[in-house]
Amino acid sequence: MRNLLFFLYKYYTFLLFFSLELFSLIILYQYNTYQRASFLNTTGAVAAAFYEKVNNTTSYFSLRRINDSLLTENARLRTLQLNAYYQNGFTLSTLNDTSYKQQYSYISANVVNNSVIRRNNYITIDKGRLHGIEPNMGVISSNGVVGIVTAVSEHFSTIRSALNKDTKISAMLKKNGAFGSLEWKGDNPKYTNLVDVNKHVQVKVGDEVITNNFSTIFPVGIPVGVISEQSLDAGDNFHTLKVELYTDFSTLRNVYVIRNKFRDEQVELERQVKGDH
Amino acid sequence: MIIELLSYLGRFIILLLLQLLVIKNIELSTFINPYIYPLFILTLPVSTKPWQVVLISFITGFIVDSFYIPFGLHMAATTFMGYLRIFYLKFAANKEDFDAKLAPNLSRKGPVWFVLYCLVLIFAHHTVLFYLEVYSLSEFFRTFSRVFASSIASVALITLGQVLFYKAAQRK
Repeated sequence: MRNLLFFLYKYYTFLLFFSLELFSLIILYQYNTYQRASFLNTTGAVAAAFYEKVNNTTSYFSLRRINDSLLTENARLRTLQLNAYYQNGFTLSTLNDTSYKQQYSYISANVVNNSVIRRNNYITIDKGRLHGIEPNMGVISSNGVVGIVTAVSEHFSTIRSALNKDTKISAMLKKNGAFGSLEWKGDNPKYTNLVDVNKHVQVKVGDEVITNNFSTIFPVGIPVGVISEQSLDAGDNFHTLKVELYTDFSTLRNVYVIRNKFRDEQVELERQVKGDH
Repeated sequence: MIIELLSYLGRFIILLLLQLLVIKNIELSTFINPYIYPLFILTLPVSTKPWQVVLISFITGFIVDSFYIPFGLHMAATTFMGYLRIFYLKFAANKEDFDAKLAPNLSRKGPVWFVLYCLVLIFAHHTVLFYLEVYSLSEFFRTFSRVFASSIASVALITLGQVLFYKAAQRK
């Protein structure tokens, strides 16, 4: 007993260091896996509120650019509207309402905190559970894919951006539907990589990359970027593809969170199938 | 005593605001990712008790972590750096420094001593921080170059700040 006390007395600094370091590591990995520890949510909310205040001031400096990007998007959406098309056919078919059921809805949000140069980048937005956001929803900008929601508090959400080691977004080539997965290697925030595209598929520089419908997160056809470099090493089964992203993460201000109304149904079904095996 | 405490608190808040409002927004390259808030731990008086240094480092990391995702990276890195500082000073600081309760800075200890001191401890801090963030050894060399470039940038910024502040204070 005396020896133990002596030991504690002699090494108390080391023991303090050791326990605090261990505590940090446990928090770090608990938080990464579950994202649920409630006291952490509070500190996260304080930081988000701080960043929101900062953002309220700084966003004025980029109003012109934000307006421009929204105008461009409006123009594109107007072009897609039904009344922008000349009716070429003679017969009008009546549209039965029940043949269309809305699957995706979009929630707009402002970016309050963002980074692009860390190995694992996260984005904080100013909408949360109150606005109907839940973990694992997809996030896009007016130009293309942004990331996936990881954690939600009452008024804020954090998004794992596409510029993150752990974000894997299922994508395909627009021209032939050959699919792969987006992975960021951590060197340049303007580019990402499309991996696992089979070597028998024809890929050229300039081909467009869009999301596919393998996941429940993004609707099919959300633009991602264009192929900027392509190479195929001898003996390799997969193309090495560099994709130039449409979304400019460093100036990101407005995003849309995608709510998939059929997600629960699909996830539940897939879970049942897995349970059978 | 109270004044000293307040001045340290003020220094901490200024460093934190500088980090979050200025440094964090300079996004030059994915390899240059400096952090200057460890300067707060570096400038604690040499005579601060070891357990106090460790505890202050931990609290500093905790506060900084509240502003970054994921939570825990800065806590782990800063606690480690604080613990390492105890050994570095045992070896690099002399008895007069301990007796005078010296707070290490550029003008008191000279540029070579101070830059080396910063470089060693900041490098340790960044090593823990960046490797924990990647959490795999598959990108070992890429992460190493990131640690290296960021440490140089952090130390350069810290030294620049010291030159501006302490030279100006001496002239008065």
